[in-house]
Amino acid sequence: MRTSRWIKLAAMCASIVLMFGAVASAAVRGRLEIFSWWAGDEGPALEALIDKYEKMYPGISVINSTVTGGSGVNAKAVLKTRMLGGDPPDTFQVHAGQELIGTWVVANRMEDLTWLYQQEGWNTAFPADLLNLLSTDKGIWSVPVNIHRSNVMYFIPANLAKWGVGVPNTWEEFLEIAPKLQAKGIVPLSVGENWTATHLWESVALAVLGPNKYEQLWNGRLSWKSPEAIKVWEMFGEILKYTNTDAPSLSWQQATDMVVKGQAAFNIMGDWASGYMTTTLKLKPGTGFGWAASPGTKGIFMMLSDSFGLPIGCANRENAIAWLKMLGSRDGQDTFNPLKGSISARTDSDLAKYDAYLQSAARDWRTNKIVGSLAHGVVANERFMNDFATVMDIFLASKNAQAAANAAQAVAIQAGVGK
Amino acid sequence: MQSRRDQLVAAVIILPSIVLLGIFVYGFIAQTMRASMTDWGQEAAMSLTPEINHVGLTNYKELFSGFLNMRFRQDLTNMLFFTLLFVGLSLLVGLLLATLIDQLVWGETFFRTVFLYPMSLSLVVTGTIWRWMLQPRGGINVLPTLAGLPAGQFLWLSSRQQSLIFDWSHIFHYTCLAALIILALMAYGHWRRGEKRRLRTKLIICAVLVGIFASGALTRIRLLDFPEEHGFNKALWGVVIAAVWQMSGYTMALYLAGLRTIPDELREAARVDGASKFQIYRYVDLPLLKPITASAIVILGHIALKIFDLIFAMAGPDHYPTSVPAITMFLKTFRGNELAVGSAIGVILLILVSLLIIPYLVNSFRTGEQ
Amino acid sequence: MVQVLAVLLAIAYLIPVYMTVVTSLKAPGEINFMTAWELPSVPNWESYSIAFKQFAPHLKNSFILAIAATLISAAMGSLNGYVLCKYPIPGANIIMPLIVFGMFIPYQSILVPLFQFMQKTKLYGGLPGLILVHVVYGLPITTLLFRSFYEEIPDELLGAASIDGANFFGIFRYLIMPLSGPPFLVVCIWQFTQIWNEFLFAVTLARPDAQPITVALANLAGGQAVSWNLPMAGSILAALPTVLIYVLLGRYFVRGLLAGALKG
Repeated sequence: MRTSRWIKLAAMCASIVLMFGAVASAAVRGRLEIFSWWAGDEGPALEALIDKYEKMYPGISVINSTVTGGSGVNAKAVLKTRMLGGDPPDTFQVHAGQELIGTWVVANRMEDLTWLYQQEGWNTAFPADLLNLLSTDKGIWSVPVNIHRSNVMYFIPANLAKWGVGVPNTWEEFLEIAPKLQAKGIVPLSVGENWTATHLWESVALAVLGPNKYEQLWNGRLSWKSPEAIKVWEMFGEILKYTNTDAPSLSWQQATDMVVKGQAAFNIMGDWASGYMTTTLKLKPGTGFGWAASPGTKGIFMMLSDSFGLPIGCANRENAIAWLKMLGSRDGQDTFNPLKGSISARTDSDLAKYDAYLQSAARDWRTNKIVGSLAHGVVANERFMNDFATVMDIFLASKNAQAAANAAQAVAIQAGVGK
Repeated sequence: MQSRRDQLVAAVIILPSIVLLGIFVYGFIAQTMRASMTDWGQEAAMSLTPEINHVGLTNYKELFSGFLNMRFRQDLTNMLFFTLLFVGLSLLVGLLLATLIDQLVWGETFFRTVFLYPMSLSLVVTGTIWRWMLQPRGGINVLPTLAGLPAGQFLWLSSRQQSLIFDWSHIFHYTCLAALIILALMAYGHWRRGEKRRLRTKLIICAVLVGIFASGALTRIRLLDFPEEHGFNKALWGVVIAAVWQMSGYTMALYLAGLRTIPDELREAARVDGASKFQIYRYVDLPLLKPITASAIVILGHIALKIFDLIFAMAGPDHYPTSVPAITMFLKTFRGNELAVGSAIGVILLILVSLLIIPYLVNSFRTGEQ
Repeated sequence: MVQVLAVLLAIAYLIPVYMTVVTSLKAPGEINFMTAWELPSVPNWESYSIAFKQFAPHLKNSFILAIAATLISAAMGSLNGYVLCKYPIPGANIIMPLIVFGMFIPYQSILVPLFQFMQKTKLYGGLPGLILVHVVYGLPITTLLFRSFYEEIPDELLGAASIDGANFFGIFRYLIMPLSGPPFLVVCIWQFTQIWNEFLFAVTLARPDAQPITVALANLAGGQAVSWNLPMAGSILAALPTVLIYVLLGRYFVRGLLAGALKG
């Protein structure tokens, strides 16, 4: 009799556990799980897409799995533990380029989407430069949903007028203006936490090397130890002298805030900063805030793109394909991008739906030379990016261009960049 | 007395726990050790059937002497300084608080609650709050302005200043020095307790070490073929403050309990002998708190060696000046796809924690049996 | 003198709370480094409703996780403690330190095999899996604490009961359990706060729909946080349950701490 109580208790515990298990694994018919790191400011754009999808395919319930924080590491941790266990989400957000190819395509985890591109006529809808970044010789691996520009410099026109400085066209010009601003107690260039330093670095590298040599850095034809590459670090070091000392404790938004509040003159950031200033800070593009290509990169569009792919062995393949079709469509792109503050990856988008900044970006997208971003996973694989953070720190701590160049070369060899 | 059947039941009851812990602790540790000796992390690391080769201790060698793993070595340095400062300050502040509360006339429960409540918080919460408190242009740096003083200028978490700089390639030299200091302290203890034989052994070892150290032979063994400087990052102060704020209540509670178990007769006797209040504290109370200090050092020390969430929430994972091995393990594994290297860092952490824990466990369970 | 010092120190310990509350009640536009210490002109409760809306599912996850894992690990720990304390198991002298060692290991050293194991057993991603993990890694401390408590029960009492014909469960049910109330509470408080506050397993072993509150807070604070009012309100919401438990049941909380450290 006495033991029976214990059996009861044990049974109760077991049934509680089973109940949770049942709830968690209860398969609803027609699901689609989308994995992304979009939340906060970027959440509404994704939700608009999900709404659209649910209207197009009633009966499919969309599971919006979002993991943010930790500079994107948390999302990678969750995605990788799932993929390693053979439990992929139906589709997941990944930066177009090496972040996709170097991690997932080489590991044979993605389906080739060439047939979908042919079926939907996307081979002509997307620019060829972009298709190159999404492809290897074995196939096309993801559908780009947006295009962001990395090499943009932001400022407040009224403030510049007040301080009597113009917008620098080259870094040399910037270095001439900067001491004057500093003398007035203004930070010439605001920078935020670690990755924004890498973000600044890529704009400097593009300006110093020019687009061709910049690309050669990534296909292995230009050594990191070459005089030109060392020059990048030297210039970067000069520029850092005119940045704020508390950079590591600021988010990119706070670095942008410094410009808006008149504490800093310029900030180099991806064009999501336009979205932030327009939507969150309610500034008018053109008058409330101004922009230009970062110094020395006029006529070059350093791009990054969020894309979605089709993992091999996902649970709801058909639903995921329907999602990808919608993402690639003109309508899908024009739903998402005005809200996200990015431009459509297609060349036929309806510009009337976009604001002044985005219209100018879209024009540049169609005419400029296109290169890929390092900080946002386009040109180098994740292993390189992870170790490049160390290289950056070697430089920030020592300000030694030669040491940084040596380290970068060693990282490039280990990570197989340009192989 | 106990029936055979009951003993069998007892064995059956405990079996699941032992099996589970066997798998989850020892089985997994063995697997991690095996993974740490492979090259899992090459190009197709994320494949369902990755090509994994056995490479022996290469990953460990790379971590300690490879050019690109400079970050890991600074992590170890950061961890060492953080552990020393965190444990030392927590003990000191905890002792101060306990002594203070022991003397209070009123409000004991209130003050105890106030000093202990940070203990109940998640390290993520603590990290988030202190990240705001330690903003260089805000938080406690502007506190002096409320009294009309100039604002503080210290870059709490983002400073890149270093002090106590040493060359990693001479690490054996410095390890020898550290061993020497520890042995000398132990020898002093033996001398005070009059343990002559032990004192003699320790002194002989000390003398040998002094000889080796002074000869400079160890500076000739170079771990790296290039000089590499590491040191105490001042940015760590921010993390130390937050951690001490959180955990000093714990040491306070321990010391307070210790003070309360000291029989009043003992103090009374000292008072009769003419001891002042301070003398009683110094010669009666403090010596009796020693065993508590020993446990606290072990508990706090292992927390410090494992610290991860606090720094992750406070300074982010990519912040070199405050990085520790646990964070680099996370980045190597989940961002760099270098699972073998991540495992190796995990094993190194385990070894460091074991150096602290195993003597403690052996000691406490041995005395427990007597 | 002593009183004054105590009051000053108490203020210092409470400063972070003041800052957190004040900041959480400000409108985003009002948050400014220079005025960080001032009270909000008008309390803005919106941060709490936004934070709560985002947190609600994760709070639920945390409650389910912490309560289930606490109860199961406490129940198992109490049985284990009873067995290890009162029954001569062969090799018990070695078993106990081996069990206790499990509570000190850095979880980084078992993380990769752990998630592979969870994947293979299909337990990865949901709350049941997280509960299992917290139960297993909670066993060392619960076993240790209960064993220390039961050591205080004299063996003669058990001997007398077994002469009266009580078997294993009989003794446990009618002798041990009635004496286990306070220790059970101590263990539960300790386990609940530990599990509630845990981050590493939460971030690597849970799918987004099963993530507990600490991960949600890290997302809110480290993700797209533009202004500081939201993370601060979030911190308060995430901290509230454990702080409440602590303030209400502080006595037992302290006992748990002490037992963990002193009895080893």
